[in-house]
Amino acid sequence: MSAPVRLARNAIFSPPRVWAMVLRYIYLMRSSWPRLVELCYWPAMQMILWGFITLFFVQHSSWVAQAAGILMSAALLWDVLYRGQLGVAVPFLEEIWSRNLGQLFVSPLRPSEMIVALLVISMVRTLIGVGAAAAIAAVLYQYSILSLGLPLVVFFANLMVFGWAIGLMVCGLLLRWGLGAESFAWIAIFLVQPVSGIYYPISVLPGWLQPVAWTLPSSYVFEGMRALLIEGRFDGTLLLHAALLNVLWMALGALLFLYAFHVARVRGLLLKTGE
Amino acid sequence: MKLGRLPAGCGGRHNVPVAAPVIDVSQLAKHFGDITAVDGLSFTVAAGTIAGLLGGNGAGKTTTIAILCGLVVPSAGRVRVFGEDVVRRRHRVLPRMNFSSPYVDLPHRLTVGENLEIYGRLYGVADVGERIRDLAADLQFADLLARPTGRLSSGQRTRVALAKALLNTPELLLLDEPTASMDPDTADFIRAYLAAYRDRHGATILLASHNMTEVERLADDVIMMAAGRKAAQGSPAALRAAYGRASLEEVFLDIARGPALPAREEAAQ
Repeated sequence: MSAPVRLARNAIFSPPRVWAMVLRYIYLMRSSWPRLVELCYWPAMQMILWGFITLFFVQHSSWVAQAAGILMSAALLWDVLYRGQLGVAVPFLEEIWSRNLGQLFVSPLRPSEMIVALLVISMVRTLIGVGAAAAIAAVLYQYSILSLGLPLVVFFANLMVFGWAIGLMVCGLLLRWGLGAESFAWIAIFLVQPVSGIYYPISVLPGWLQPVAWTLPSSYVFEGMRALLIEGRFDGTLLLHAALLNVLWMALGALLFLYAFHVARVRGLLLKTGE
Repeated sequence: MKLGRLPAGCGGRHNVPVAAPVIDVSQLAKHFGDITAVDGLSFTVAAGTIAGLLGGNGAGKTTTIAILCGLVVPSAGRVRVFGEDVVRRRHRVLPRMNFSSPYVDLPHRLTVGENLEIYGRLYGVADVGERIRDLAADLQFADLLARPTGRLSSGQRTRVALAKALLNTPELLLLDEPTASMDPDTADFIRAYLAAYRDRHGATILLASHNMTEVERLADDVIMMAAGRKAAQGSPAALRAAYGRASLEEVFLDIARGPALPAREEAAQ
């Protein structure tokens, strides 16, 4: 029989438990090379596609010609949002696929620690995917996303956080409806795509839709990106709006996740999810 | 159905010191919509006891264990573990207990060693690697540590799940079908291991099982459930005597198939 073990203190928030979960997702990633390839595959394909579109439009559109990198920057930043959301939802789906939620929440792991672990692994997955796409843009089209300078960090952070918020909402749906809600993990983000002004200004949208667009942090980020690339100015107000909205969206996402967790406990779903 | 606990003197084979119960369930109820899974269940389990939770399919055993783990919120009643309200303060007791069930899995794509490492870290085990090696040696699966969990046989998986449940050397162990899918030899080994674990660490074990031989061999105390309620409680010998049966299985069948037997229940009071 083994020697007694020392137990960690029952902390309200335990970084070692967060690290345990991050480690779990790293082990999952490295256990399957096709999944690692998948992380880079779509961002890479998107970048190749938008690179060729850019080459075409530079010759046929004066608007794109003003700033040749505008479409590729938009595609890359969109991927930050998309990968940020998937980076939260897919690892959570892994728990459901492997019927592991019951085991996890019998351990001292708290839902808030799981949320933080999902956010950390989302950042890792996003950096891998978007990094690959950025490398392709640099090699094939001689366009470096780093040319955006320091504002890139602000754009990246805002889109990542908004992706996390949507990802947490999706996790809430998965907790409540299990694999019946799996499709939302893949499609939820496309609800905000048309109204985020990724490839066109928000002013293009119908008047009634523009107020909806301005409730999304992503709209401010892409407007800010265009201001930087076309007019050469960094509009701090736009990014401040995005950050403030992100606080609200993240709070909403986290609350929805925690509420869904409570409902799952009431309905006895933690042992059933995945079946 | 009248609920009863056998009198002192009809107890188990082990002399359990009188102390506050590790598990104290009072008037527990759980409804899932129109379905009543647990209906006014009350029982206690003393420290250092191995208690068996018996009942047919749908009797409410798994729901009861899930409530004790804090995975399910009861509709009514009180559940205390180590004196703490599990519903409101489950994080105070979770580090002191653990759980294993064939109805929850360990992730298939991770190796056995990786899975155990993750859970060891979640429980804050001091030297995870050493603890895993010790448990793997004890439970005879050291050669499986590098194998993906999904490639284990069901019996091997049950042993690994038990190792996961022992990682933090729990004071309270909740086991749902602990020897499911094991061959008789391995199942016998596991039963002996659990009994030795209790003796060595003074742990309390609550196990739900359909295996009457297992419960008869291991349990000091048996809680029989039917339709979400406690039908009887006592040591295997006392239950056999109260129901006039030769084996616990016959007692189980009496309870599962028939209505309440007032005379016998009274005898069991």
